[in-house]
Amino acid sequence: MTYSGGRMLLSSQREGQVSRFNVWVAILVPLAALLFQVYVPTFLHFLSFLEMPLLVVVYLGLMRRNPVSGLLVGAAVGLAQDAWSGTGSPLGMFGITKTLVGYFAASIGMKLDVDNVLMRFILAFFFYVFHQAFYWVMEHALLSQQSPFDLPGWLGLGVLNALVGVALFHFLDKLRVTAR
Amino acid sequence: MESFLNRYRNITVLLLVIFAQLVLLAVDAKNDQHVRFIRVWTVTLVSPLARLMEGMRGSSIGFVHNYITLHDSDAENRRLRAENDRLKLDKVFLTNELNRAENAKALQIFQQHTPSKTLAASVFSTGIASSRKVVYVDRGSSSGVMREMAVVTPDGIIGKVTAVYPTAAEVLLITDRMFAAGVVSGKTHAHGTLKGTGTSQCKVDSVAFEDKVDPGDWFYTSGDDRIFPRGMPVGVVKSVKPGQPYREITLDPSGMARGAPDDVLIVIEGVHQDIPDTPPANQQVYLAPPPPPLAEPVAGTEAAPADGSQPAAPAHPTPGTEADKARALYQKTADSEDIVLGGGATGQNIKRPPDFTKLPVDPRTVPQGRGAAPPAPGPAVVPPAVVPLQKKGTEAPIPTKSTAPATPPDAVRRANQAGGGPGGPPQL
Repeated sequence: MTYSGGRMLLSSQREGQVSRFNVWVAILVPLAALLFQVYVPTFLHFLSFLEMPLLVVVYLGLMRRNPVSGLLVGAAVGLAQDAWSGTGSPLGMFGITKTLVGYFAASIGMKLDVDNVLMRFILAFFFYVFHQAFYWVMEHALLSQQSPFDLPGWLGLGVLNALVGVALFHFLDKLRVTAR
Repeated sequence: MESFLNRYRNITVLLLVIFAQLVLLAVDAKNDQHVRFIRVWTVTLVSPLARLMEGMRGSSIGFVHNYITLHDSDAENRRLRAENDRLKLDKVFLTNELNRAENAKALQIFQQHTPSKTLAASVFSTGIASSRKVVYVDRGSSSGVMREMAVVTPDGIIGKVTAVYPTAAEVLLITDRMFAAGVVSGKTHAHGTLKGTGTSQCKVDSVAFEDKVDPGDWFYTSGDDRIFPRGMPVGVVKSVKPGQPYREITLDPSGMARGAPDDVLIVIEGVHQDIPDTPPANQQVYLAPPPPPLAEPVAGTEAAPADGSQPAAPAHPTPGTEADKARALYQKTADSEDIVLGGGATGQNIKRPPDFTKLPVDPRTVPQGRGAAPPAPGPAVVPPAVVPLQKKGTEAPIPTKSTAPATPPDAVRRANQAGGGPGGPPQL
């Protein structure tokens, strides 16, 4: 399997690949990401900066190149993350945020060469910052909660998550079923 | 519609999913007051709309009610007019009550400080006949009112009682044509007769041509008529025209300056007073505090006699009332003859009565103007400045040592002449 490495923009949608995944992959991968997000930081606190559900949603949205599919995946993963987060995050906070991330990722995936490593890094970094900023906006606007606007922290963690995301995306590429 | 949904399918699904999650979030989350956000958001969203709709509804109803239908404006207008009329009447009534209270207060002050004994009365009716200027007061014979009693106010004389009933009395006003009273000018002491003219003004007759009277001069009662005590204000001269043999003087009665008063004073027992040198000030009465008591007897004052009689008055003229001044004159005369007054009829030192013909003449008792009688020859009596009036038909009182008040020589003479009573000097 070879990926185009010279261009980042596609001349037409027909140029982009539409990745397909088995059903068990589409279910187990987000589930594994959620379990990682819930349990791993409990034991390995230094890994709490990772936003594995977000990376999975971004990956699935980019690869499926279908906005409806991407927003539904984002909504499902986000609601499940809300449900596992207990009272700290009301139902819908992560759901709405990841719905938008999935939608925008799928929309951007139709325009960009998402197999490019640099592009993956940039997109992962961008969506992480977008995810954190939009969550902060919703906390202020909908829940009237006062949380700090830590943009430098978000940028730094965005880089870390983007690095992890590039590796994760490379691993998940092994699980897709490519069809042109 | 179907093509619209197909064209915007992605964004439509996105909005639906986000809206559903917003509802879920609103149901699940609570604010600080433990109120679910769906309730908070609903109320926050609906309240402005409801307020806007309520404002539009109220404005519409108000516009229709105030500018279109006007179904009850006429009745409300009539009601407001009636209420306004009633309030005006109430205001007039209260204003009259306030004026009445002020007049009553002025009467009370005047009654307290005038030496004459007076009786307050209220005017409750006026005479029916237009040719007569009479009023009726609510005091009659049961209150001690008799005919020919003077009726006054602090501003001046009002009239005299012409008829008495058990509970009312008829008062002939000074503006009536039948009214007459003796008056004297305050500046030149020119005597005359006040007469009503049937109008709001009066005239003063019998003022000789040679007597000087100017507009603005005040006239006071002279006491000659034995009805009004001397010294009460009558009015101010409005115009003076030369005439033969008398001047034609028009006078504005001060007591009737504001029309017939509602409250008056009936002089039950009049006391003559001096004619003021200055016009009466139409102001509230101010009483200065009493002077402090003397620490030691004034030089020239005799000590009290050993027999317990009254201490003698000081030899020099002392300030005080007219009675005090007269007493000082008597005492001075008695001292010059080495006679102790007040020792009683059985006093050991009374060998002869004092010669009161040697009394010094008080310039204020010298009558002036036309009609003033010269001092009586022979044994004369120099009385105090005030004396109670004796009503007609009653026996003139004989001043005694205990009653003290005496009458000026000319006043005594006129009183005796007018009343026809026994003459002669009163005994001391």
